[in-house]
Amino acid sequence: MRDINRREFLKIAGAASIVGLLGGWEAVELLAPGELEAKYLAKPEALTARRWAMVVDMKKMDEAIAKRCIEVCHYVHNVPDIGDPKREIKWIWLESFEHAFPHRNHEHVAERLKEKRFLVFCNHCNNPPCVRVCPTKATWKRDDGIVMMDQHRCIGCRYCMAACPFGARSFNWGDPRLFIKKGYPGYPTREKGVVEKCNFCAERLAKGLMPSCVEASKGALVFGDLAETTSEVRGILKSHYTIRRKLSLGTEPSVFYMV
Amino acid sequence: MIERALTGSKRYWGWIGTLVALSAIGSLTYLVQQFSGTEITGLSRDVSWGLFIANYTFFVGVAASAVMVVLPYYVHDYEAFGRIAVFGEFLAVAAIAIAGLFIFVDVGQPLRSFNLLLYPTPGSPLFWNTIILPVYMALNILIAWGALGAESKSVPPPGWIKPLIYISIPWAISIHTVTAFVYAGLPGRAFWNTAILAPRFLVSAFASGPALLIVMCIMIRRLTGFDPGKKALGQLGVIVAYSMILNLFFIVLEFFSSFYSSIPSHTHSLKYLFFGLEGHGMLVPWIWTSVALAVVGTVLLVVPGVRRNDTMLAAACILVFISLWIDKGLCLVVAGFIPSPMATITEYAPSLFEVIIAIGVWAMGFLILSILYKIAVSVKEEVMT
Amino acid sequence: MADESNRAINALKETGFFKPKKMFDGGKVTLGIIVLLVLVAFPFLYNKGKAAKVPDPKTDTPEIQGLPERERVCVEPKEYMRENHMKLLNEWRDWVVRKASRDYIGFTRKKYTMSLQNTCLGCHSNYDNFCNECHKYAGIEPYCWRCHVNKPKEWAAGKLREES
Repeated sequence: MRDINRREFLKIAGAASIVGLLGGWEAVELLAPGELEAKYLAKPEALTARRWAMVVDMKKMDEAIAKRCIEVCHYVHNVPDIGDPKREIKWIWLESFEHAFPHRNHEHVAERLKEKRFLVFCNHCNNPPCVRVCPTKATWKRDDGIVMMDQHRCIGCRYCMAACPFGARSFNWGDPRLFIKKGYPGYPTREKGVVEKCNFCAERLAKGLMPSCVEASKGALVFGDLAETTSEVRGILKSHYTIRRKLSLGTEPSVFYMV
Repeated sequence: MIERALTGSKRYWGWIGTLVALSAIGSLTYLVQQFSGTEITGLSRDVSWGLFIANYTFFVGVAASAVMVVLPYYVHDYEAFGRIAVFGEFLAVAAIAIAGLFIFVDVGQPLRSFNLLLYPTPGSPLFWNTIILPVYMALNILIAWGALGAESKSVPPPGWIKPLIYISIPWAISIHTVTAFVYAGLPGRAFWNTAILAPRFLVSAFASGPALLIVMCIMIRRLTGFDPGKKALGQLGVIVAYSMILNLFFIVLEFFSSFYSSIPSHTHSLKYLFFGLEGHGMLVPWIWTSVALAVVGTVLLVVPGVRRNDTMLAAACILVFISLWIDKGLCLVVAGFIPSPMATITEYAPSLFEVIIAIGVWAMGFLILSILYKIAVSVKEEVMT
Repeated sequence: MADESNRAINALKETGFFKPKKMFDGGKVTLGIIVLLVLVAFPFLYNKGKAAKVPDPKTDTPEIQGLPERERVCVEPKEYMRENHMKLLNEWRDWVVRKASRDYIGFTRKKYTMSLQNTCLGCHSNYDNFCNECHKYAGIEPYCWRCHVNKPKEWAAGKLREES
């Protein structure tokens, strides 16, 4: 047998250890008892869709209903009330026509559009730029069309906030718990350093409930499956004129405003 | 070779001590920011990126500029750059360190940074940045250390350096292109959504990086026994001059396509920056100062007599560097957020804490640079005698 | 033989082997050794030599006591949960947040909703006497509780606005 020097020995030993460790680990993974029965299920009462969408009926919507929608949403999601407009966190809020639809604004906009304020929130776009840019997939588009946030994975880089053309996202600049007056025990809070936004009440849909804002809206908000031709949402879109925010940017928003 | 950084004059240790002190102050301030429940930066819901990200952008550019020394010397055998190639590469290393540190202090959950590698997202330019920046730093450290080590032993550089050098050249261009892609692909930010953003980034990088390198080399000539060479610095000055001319030209191009087309979304941010918008104009004096410094600096650099005189060359380069820092390291990023997506204006000014942390990061970068340069200078002083 | 060793010792003496020598940087080395000893002894001195209290997580919450004896089991066996509750929670998170599934079949074939704040804390409502018992002993501070409310009832009642 050829003599082996120390350097060669160390090289071979190192390579063998790596192969042994990796191989052993893989073997354990492959041979470990697998899960033969499903342990994880969707709830049978969960509401599902191929593309959730919302229609905001501006004829039925008024300031009081809108404020109630905002109050309810921010309550059931423990959204803090920070006050300082620079650092506020809002999932849903009111904007005038010129600020909600800056690309449609001009000097001779109809009075009825200038009178009312519009309820705005995340559009859960079908082609979302925020999802494209997130470096960790902490925000992604689910199969049901909801653009979801995973606050466990978010590193707080705020790239999604730069990418969103609608300003729908807020960042927790400080500890949000200091600003929550009425705590909701059924949902977590967020912590400093992560981004948050409207989630179309995914946690309620999973239990068979409509989003909180829809329930509080007295019919002014219609929520349904855009991909389902027989849904109420599709019916409204067929028979009424609707507009979406910044359509020319190609993000394909899923929120329609009946004006 | 690192022991060469551990011996030095009183002035050297005084400088290192100052940098360590500034780094410590910056680090402590950063920790205060991390553990406090309230926000101490000037950032807001509308302007969510500010001083830190802007500086990251600027210093990636400075790092990319190493290619302006490497390409002529290693590929086109421009002998004069041989004396300073190592200094350009070490500058790239320090600049990447600064850029990376700025990202780290900006991110809301720095302890989750590993998620960037655990959950790779090839569709995201920021993910690509996390990969290519450390690789570029590694390339430059290996190339420079290898070449310097060989020089200190008076042997030719090792063979493995050549392929690394050839990789580092397109890699340098790519790091700053990907940085530009971070901004240029966002549909809601018309100020950044322009094809000329990447060329602008590259051209201002090729001006700012060599400008800083020239100033560093003049200081080395004054303070140490090593002379980087008049020809090298003069030629670098030419590179800065041409890059600055192109940069100013590109700004003119931006103005034309925005204002001649009169599309509101294209003009608003430029209006805010240069003329103020709806009564808000915090950055107007800054951008015009940047333009003035750029014009003066460029005109000076174009004159050959200036490039031959150390003091004037250094002065012109400092003007150019500061001008580009204001333009890229402050105005470009902030103006992209103004007006906001709701067509409102929220202005931004860095808070004192941000400035202190930024100074701390710069100090750490210059600490790395000083140590690396000390090693390089001591090797070259030895070899040249 | 004693003669030989004597000769050896004398030879060494002549080379100066037994002369007391100066230690280079003696002051700094001694100082370093003292600092090391202080650092190593510090944990013992800090606790004044006392052992930490053995963790005793209590499962006698009103919610658990309200269940019939047979049903007082967790989603998985106690031994599994003690070692793997973090792994389980990570899997739960991915199924709830990413795969839109909220039902979990426990080892007793019972169905549970996957939720730390509502299901786990629904029975184990005594965070201080349960979760924190072992965590405090092990010196861990899991950051789950910065978002997931660890005392839902007090949270709803308007208390618990602590800084994280």
